[in-house]
Parts: sequence; structure tokens; C-alpha cells
Amino acid sequence: MSFLDIEGHDRTDLEATLDLADEFIEVLRRPIPRVPALQGKTIAHIFYEASTRTRLSFERAAKALSADVMNFAPSGSSVSKGESLKDTVLTLRAMGPDLMVVRHGAAGAPHRVAAWTGLPVINAGDGAHQHPTQALADSLTIRTRFGKLDGLRVGIIGDIRHSRVARSNVAAFTALGAEVVLVAPRTLLPVSSAEWPVTMSESLDEIIEDLDVVYLLRIQVERGGACVFPSLTEYVSRFGLTSRRFSAMNPEAVVMHPGPMNRGIEIADSIADDERALVLDQVSNGVAVRMAVLFRLLGGDRNG
Amino acid sequence: MADYLLAGGSVLTRDGLVEANVQVGNGTIEAIGADARSGEVIDCAGLIIGPGLVDLHAHLREPGQEWKEDIGSASRAAVAGGFTAILAMPNTAPPTDAGHLARYISDRGTEVGLCEIVPTGCITKSMEGQRLAHLDELSDAGVTVFTDDGASVADAGLLRRAMEYVAERGGLISQHAEDPGLADGGHMHEGTVSSWLGMRALPSEAETTIVARDLALAEMTGCRYHVAHVSAAATVGLIAAAKQNGLPVTAEVAPHHLFFTEEAVRTMNPVYKMYPPLRSEADAEAMRAALESGVIDAVATDHAPHAAHEKDVPFEEAPRGVIGLETAFAAVRTSTRLDPAAIFDRMSVRPARIAGLSRHGRIPATGVAANLAVVDMDEQWTPTKFESKSANSPFAGVRLTGRPKYTFFEGALVWRDQEAGQ
Repeated sequence: MSFLDIEGHDRTDLEATLDLADEFIEVLRRPIPRVPALQGKTIAHIFYEASTRTRLSFERAAKALSADVMNFAPSGSSVSKGESLKDTVLTLRAMGPDLMVVRHGAAGAPHRVAAWTGLPVINAGDGAHQHPTQALADSLTIRTRFGKLDGLRVGIIGDIRHSRVARSNVAAFTALGAEVVLVAPRTLLPVSSAEWPVTMSESLDEIIEDLDVVYLLRIQVERGGACVFPSLTEYVSRFGLTSRRFSAMNPEAVVMHPGPMNRGIEIADSIADDERALVLDQVSNGVAVRMAVLFRLLGGDRNG
Repeated sequence: MADYLLAGGSVLTRDGLVEANVQVGNGTIEAIGADARSGEVIDCAGLIIGPGLVDLHAHLREPGQEWKEDIGSASRAAVAGGFTAILAMPNTAPPTDAGHLARYISDRGTEVGLCEIVPTGCITKSMEGQRLAHLDELSDAGVTVFTDDGASVADAGLLRRAMEYVAERGGLISQHAEDPGLADGGHMHEGTVSSWLGMRALPSEAETTIVARDLALAEMTGCRYHVAHVSAAATVGLIAAAKQNGLPVTAEVAPHHLFFTEEAVRTMNPVYKMYPPLRSEADAEAMRAALESGVIDAVATDHAPHAAHEKDVPFEEAPRGVIGLETAFAAVRTSTRLDPAAIFDRMSVRPARIAGLSRHGRIPATGVAANLAVVDMDEQWTPTKFESKSANSPFAGVRLTGRPKYTFFEGALVWRDQEAGQ
């Protein structure tokens, strides 16, 4: 069994993982936040794309379950000598890990790794396809705040077309009973979106007061919005979560962001630190859901 | 004594299918019917004897990429698929952009001797889209089909000049229609599947915009224009309208575009990655309908071998293309409603005419060159092993109907299916 995308898992299964993550949150609050559940297991972290938070979160999760971790990054490795992904993961498999966590710039790469190695694989982000553990962390964050996702309206705002976070979150939030509306300029909304279980809007102002969760995606400032919208200023004026828009929100509604944030672009500086911005909860919950996924895939002993 | 007596089968003649024996000797069909009496008996009971198939579009990889394929292995794959002539695309290393390179390819084909290897020539030097290739030399070397296949000639002014030059020589421009801006480095068809997979994708308009532009240039220059591997329904409409207006336009479709759709890419298995990409079910149905109506003239394989280690990578990193010579006949038979005469028309008669091959695509008759495909229209089989050096076939493991059993090239039996006649 692997954990490659959200669609492969039904509501019962997703909720079981979230319930387990709730238990691990309690573990993480203990004076010695560690259980021996996966003692003797080895997890290979294979990150072909730069990642700090996701890699560290997986590492923290593995260690809290007492598993050993092997880290692999392509720079300075045999990959720079032209070794293929297949040869690399077969080589790593020969060192005996029990599970692989894979991040790769190409959609479907973790699926190939699972097929080649026969090992359980967790997708830690593949191209613009999926980032399923992020979706679980975000689902847990919303569930903790509101008690459930049923009936909530979640707005996802930003570069949805190129976002793996958007794809896995849409799948997870809707599977758990929330309604999702995507908000972006047309060039950042998905094309041919008949299969997306969502509604779409090109105006944040029109819908902001109806949202329970305002979920902001990172705008790739390094691309300067090249070719997808005319200027960052224009983006902020239409889609940035400014103080004015924050005041228009329902007082119970919350703000989320998968990080790293561009303060002053998709989110105003002051809002990022507001009590209703759950950004850091998302990060802490990320560790707990990754513990839950690891535990379930490796058949850890619950009473260990 | 003649060489072969093809006995007990049905022959595709100008009067349709006729049950008759065929006597082959001295490289030609010596007799059909009662006069066919001598030669080694080839049991053709239940089989149909038609003209050898002609492929307008194959990548043979020689010279330069012989680990994927060479002219020997491609020739074996061709005759195993019932083909007696195949056009070698010019995107070799070096590309076929000068006369001596075209001669090398036809000479190697002659040396192998299993089928006719017909070189095509680049439109632009090194296929870089900047300057005209040595069109005169290529034409002198016998090239009639010019293409930068793998990429479009994006510069309309350059294509206009190429068309003017090629028109004067009586040749044909074959365009791989793919606007680079709209294609945007895409890996699959832009549609519901790419949307959800988050893969960079090529819209159908990447093809149709180039075809629309080129048809205007064909009208302007009078050059014969051929659309390679049509994949989008809207392109069919453009071609139909151009034909109605009397433009000298022809088109081909690849077997995989008749058979598969973007749905196959949900697996993210690179064996479904090719350009143009697998499109929607509506597009595939439009391809089948256009082939049946004749708006699309020919089936062409776009045979594109890649070694296993090159193709067994994540989808977005995989090279483009799939092999097709050995499964083309069965794919067409399985996916379309064409009758035997129409299959031979689209896979032999018309492609031979488009490429100007006088010894191929001739309906069997006394005195005609014995380039023949003998096929079983109804055999069910599942491709697993290939004569090609590469095995990157989306048809591997797929149950198909129809199979080439014997192939004759200039009177010689060059292919006998292992299970045939036993």
C-alpha cells in the first residue's frame, strides 16, 4: 500500500487517518514526544525538488515514531552523473528501507517509484499533480477549528492551475463534505475543469463574505507573474487578502496558506500574524498527519 | 516453374474480392485465377491477398540512434506488419537535409533488401527552422516528401519559400502541425485529464492553427500539402473544406489516434506519450469517421522507437513516440469499420500515390510488381514481442483483430507469420 493521491482514498479512510493524527497530536505534546511504534523501520526520503518544510516535517514525523531516516537529494549525488530515477531508487531499495517518501518535479514520478520498487511510497509532491499529506494537514486544521468540514465553504485563491496543493486539497475537502470555490484570474484557473467538483469565480470581493475558510496559494513571485497576469500590483488589487477584504470576512472565518508566504502579495503582512491565520497550525498538524500516514502504511503497533 | 503459388485465398482485384490463386515469379504477379498453376504452394485459405502496405511516416533512427532501431530491424518490423514500402523520416542524426544522406538511407534499405526504404528530406537545414535544406540535392536523390517532422516549420515566410521550391519540383510538403507557443512544452492533450493531473498540455488548437495557416500558403503557392498525423477533430474540418475548394491537400492519421484517448494517460504510463498526444473520445471518433469517409487519406504509423531505459521514466520526462509498424494493420482493423478493400486503400493504394511510389499500392493484376500483403482479417491475437529493437508499444498486451500473415517484396517471401501455414 502506498499513499500517492487523495482520490485513491474514501472518506472513511481519510477520516481514520485524521483520527489517528489527533492521537499523535497528543503524543507530540508530551514531555518526551516520541513513541516506539516504528522502531527498527527505515524510511528513505527522496527529494528531487528543493524542500525544507515538507522534508523536515517528514523527518520529525518519522523520528517521533522512532523510525530511522535516510535522506537523498540529487545534487552532488550520482544523479548529477546522469543516473536515472529508476536506477537511483532501485539502488536505494537495495539498502533496505521499508518505505520511500518521494518528491519530484514530474507528475506521477512517485507512482513510478512504487511500481519499480514494490515498496510503500508516500507522495510528498509530484509536479503540479498532488501533495496529499499537505491536504491531510489542511483538512485536520479545518476540522480542529470547526469540528467538521461538512457544509463549510472553502475558497482557494491563487495559482490553482499550476498547484499540486490545490488539486489534492480540492479532492480532500470535497471528500470530507466541504464546498470548494476556486478564485483566480482566468489564466490561473484550471482549463477543461469539468471533472473538478468545485465552482469558480474571478472575483474575490463577490464571494469573500460567504467563505468559512480563505485558503491562499503562493504566487510565484520569482516568475513575476510572467505571462499569467499583467503585474503583481494588479494581482494584489484583485486577489490579495488585504486588510479591507479581511474585514469583509465572516468573523468566524479563518485564513490558511501552505507556505512559504509572500507577505504583502497574496496576504497582507498584519493578517499573516492574526489569530485567525492558521498557518502555523497547518505546519504542526503536518507532522501529526505524516505520523498517521507512516503508521498506517507500515502497520505500526498501536500499543507499542 | 514460378516461385510461389498463393493458393486458396481471396484476391483484392479491381472487381472486389475474388477467390483465386495467384502465381508469383520473376518479381511480378504472373497469373491470377485458372492460369495460376505453378510454384511453391503458400496456403492462403481464409486469407486476403492485397497490395503490400505503405507507411508514409516511420522513424528508423539510422543513422545516429541505432540503439533504438536501425534500417535492418525497422525493415523486419515493417514486413512483419505487412508493409512493403516505408518512408523514413528525416530527423536522424545527422538529419536528412542533403542528397548524400538521402542516398545513404535508400542504399541501406536496398542492402537489407526486405522492403523499400524511401527517404524523406528536411525542409530546413538541420531541421532548425532557419534556412532551407538542400532541397535541390534531395530532389535529385529521389526525395518527393519534405518534412521537418517532430517540429513545425514555425516561420510562415520560410515555409512559403519551401513550398514554392518544392512545388516546382513536384514534391510534397508534409507538416507536423504544432504551434510551439500554444504547445507550451506540453506533454499530453489539454483536456479534462491533463487538468486534473496538473500536467502541462497541448491544446488541439496547437495543431489546427498551423494547418489553417499552411492551407492558406498551399493555396498561395500551389504546393501539394500533407498533414502528418492528424489528431484533432477541428483539423478534419479544415482539411475537408480545403479539399472541397480543390486544394492539393492530403492527410494521414496514426493508428494510436484511432484506438486510444487521453483516458489512457491517467495511468501516467509513458507508453501513452506521443506527439500529437492522444486526444478526447470525440477526436478519436472524428479520426475514425474521417478515415472512413476518405477526408483523411491514409494511415501512417509514426513508428518512433525508444529504448526501454529511455521510456521507463516519469511521463513528463519521457521521450515522445511509440512504435507502430507491427500493429498498424490490426489497430485499424480493430478500431474502424473499414472493409478489406478500404483498409488496403487507406494503408496501401493512397499512401503509395501520395508518395509517388509506382511499384507499390497497385491492386493485384497480372504483370504488376509482386509487392503483396496477405492478411487474416479475423485472427485474434495479442502483441507481446516485436521485430523492432524497441518495444514501446501501447498495443502490447491489447487484444487485436486482424493480422498480416505473409509479405512479398518484389516477388520474394520476406515475412511468414510463425503460426501461418502450420
